[in-house]
Amino acid sequence: MAASIFAAVPRAPPVAVFKLTADFREDGDSRKVNLGVGAYRTDEGQPWVLPVVKKVEQMIANDNSLNHEYLPILGLPEFRANASRIALGDDSPAIKENRVGGVQSLGGTGALRIGAEFLRRWYNGNNNTATPIYVSAPSWENHNSVFMDAGFKDIRTYHYWDAAKRGLDLQGLLNDMENAPEFSIFILHACAHNPTGTDPTPEQWKQIAAVMKRRNLFPFFDSAYQGFASGSLDKDAWAVRYFVSEGFELFCAQSFSKNFGLYNERVGNLTVVGKDADNVQRVLSQMEKIVRTTWSNPPSQGARIVATTLSSPQLFDEWYGNVKTMADRVLLMRSELRSRLEALGTPGTWNHITEQIGMFSFTGLNPKQVEYMVKEKHIYLMASGRINMCGLTTKNLDYVAKSIHEAVTKIQ
Amino acid sequence: SSWWSHVEMGPPDPILGVTEAYKRDTNSKKMNLGVGAYRDDNGKPYVLNCVRKAEAMIASKKMDKEYLPIAGLAEFTRASAELALGENSEAFKSGRYVTVQGISGTGSLRIGANFLQRFFKASRDVYLPKPSWGNHTPIFRDAGMQLQAYRYYDPKTCSLDFSGAMDDISKIPEKSIILLHACAHNPTGVDPRQEQWKELAAVVKKRNLLVYFDMAYQGFASGDINRDAWAVRHFIEQGINIVLSQSFAKNMGLYGERAGAFTVICSDADEAKRVESQLKILIRPMYSNPPMNGARIASMILNTPDLRKEWLTEVKGMADRIISMRTQLVSNLKKEGSSHNWQHITDQIGMFCFTGLKPEQVERLMKEFSIYMTKDGRISVAGVSSGNVGYLAHAIHQVTK
Repeated sequence: MAASIFAAVPRAPPVAVFKLTADFREDGDSRKVNLGVGAYRTDEGQPWVLPVVKKVEQMIANDNSLNHEYLPILGLPEFRANASRIALGDDSPAIKENRVGGVQSLGGTGALRIGAEFLRRWYNGNNNTATPIYVSAPSWENHNSVFMDAGFKDIRTYHYWDAAKRGLDLQGLLNDMENAPEFSIFILHACAHNPTGTDPTPEQWKQIAAVMKRRNLFPFFDSAYQGFASGSLDKDAWAVRYFVSEGFELFCAQSFSKNFGLYNERVGNLTVVGKDADNVQRVLSQMEKIVRTTWSNPPSQGARIVATTLSSPQLFDEWYGNVKTMADRVLLMRSELRSRLEALGTPGTWNHITEQIGMFSFTGLNPKQVEYMVKEKHIYLMASGRINMCGLTTKNLDYVAKSIHEAVTKIQ
Repeated sequence: SSWWSHVEMGPPDPILGVTEAYKRDTNSKKMNLGVGAYRDDNGKPYVLNCVRKAEAMIASKKMDKEYLPIAGLAEFTRASAELALGENSEAFKSGRYVTVQGISGTGSLRIGANFLQRFFKASRDVYLPKPSWGNHTPIFRDAGMQLQAYRYYDPKTCSLDFSGAMDDISKIPEKSIILLHACAHNPTGVDPRQEQWKELAAVVKKRNLLVYFDMAYQGFASGDINRDAWAVRHFIEQGINIVLSQSFAKNMGLYGERAGAFTVICSDADEAKRVESQLKILIRPMYSNPPMNGARIASMILNTPDLRKEWLTEVKGMADRIISMRTQLVSNLKKEGSSHNWQHITDQIGMFCFTGLKPEQVERLMKEFSIYMTKDGRISVAGVSSGNVGYLAHAIHQVTK
């Protein structure tokens, strides 16, 4: 038999965050804690299917008028409209002016990818692969791959995390925007920045918007944690809505994985805000072409759950309560971890643990200290020092705090 | 001014556009013979009983909604591979294959296309049969490949141009990629016979072509899953390491749940692992990991003996109804007094039928009779029922006499 055409295919390295979970699973130590993958866990360390989701799934199962027919290419209309409404607000002028469109996508990743594919084809000329893409330093590691695979050749970082002061490097960020080529695309985390948990304040967002407007930079928001970050949908959408009110045309990739706990149903929406209805219609028609060659039409189950929930006042309220439950537990774990570290007298300052927001915290642990945590203490976290607060429980808080204390005091 | 002033209005998707035009029509006799979704004899969508049962079983297990692995639900991908390759397949038993979950047929095709673009350096050329499913071309093009064609359908006979196909394929440059429809060719319904498949396998092997099978209708074509997978299995047995895209949209009625799979037959299990790792690198920046619902349902059906048995019966039921509609259409056309030869309608197989109608005739059917099909004269036989087959025959006779 002839040598295989794939004989030369090299083995790709595993995706780090999933390898972490795989290693965690294989670990037999009873003290083990998984602070890796970004999924919510209850105080018992279990996944949580939201009560409202269970209820709505039962409703869907009982509805014999429903079937498994194809959704339209752009997705379930009630889902798209409600999803965009959640992002932009009930009283959004852009929605009233009919200049908002949605593309139902496979999770936040899918929304990012469809948006990226569109921008590569139609933004800043036709098929301009040279438009610079700016990703925060650090960012979710998949951002780079999404835009690279969409064809962009020039992916750069913008200053974001200040390791020394453990906060936002606003000046560095603004400088990068001032110096970015006109029309560059900036990926902005709408709230609960992944992995740092550090968001600009409203005042800082205003400064960012002002520079972006002046420099003609394109805002591409990644909104994966609306509601999950602060417990308030409006608060977590403030930045996106501010940009809209400042007249920007923008994209917002929304994920309902975390705030609805619908991780494996792949529910996302790309919200498009344009200058007017005509522009948005033409944009959506081109989005259809992109979707058609990627997945043809999106999966139905998750979108139905979200649409049903968001369009019923009663179910919406229940959902909001569920979201707040998750957000509150995260906030509690933050304050509990911080107070323990401070009580232990762990070297350094730990206020960043409560000042950061969302699922993740950039602890400030360096790679050697992380290695110690993983190998010696069986506490799994990313090499960047990122921890998932959801992995903390009242049962493991003491162990984690003590372990961090050890890591910081023993290892430099 | 807007960033998007120069963005052109995209043309409506020809296939899905037909359904949209149909929806707008107020004629009570209207017929939608456009998109390929199965309809029962009352013209209604059909949710399979085995699907309902699987859904109930899944609901009772109260599972969580944690992310699937990038490659998808393992029980699903394994069962998909076994379904396509056959449980006795050496390739399957030895583990020298990788199957990843894809977003139905389209998503699986696209993953494969991207994989070939990245790792198949020998050629950029993908040879499609003439004609092929309209979406094949843009899928491969968007993945960065080039499209070529080989003769396939003979419009004069409304059947396979076998000598033309063999002639063209024998001249395809070595190490090009050739796409073949495993069964129920879309849009023509024209499939090679087994002896013809044998010759195709031989010439493809001689030309050292990479074979990409698209199997979207296993079970749905003849009613027999093994018969419909015969070509795929034969090629593998001949030592041709194919790549394969599967869809469960039609044969399980899971259209909107997007259950599909992409398979690469490899030299050995180690190569399969390496290929899998690269497929994951392609999938992650596309949508991270696939949707659970459809794969879970399909897996439950394939892996639960009672449900699997029921499924086989139901898929045969769908195939049989289609075959029956073909027969009735031909007999009704005869009754109408049509002098044309309509044998191809019953010779062809699967959901689609290439009627041989010309664009002007298709236009008339739409405007005068509110019968909707794609411009190439393709009808979805699934849209025909015992209640409207007479009307359809009448209308076709009117525009062709």
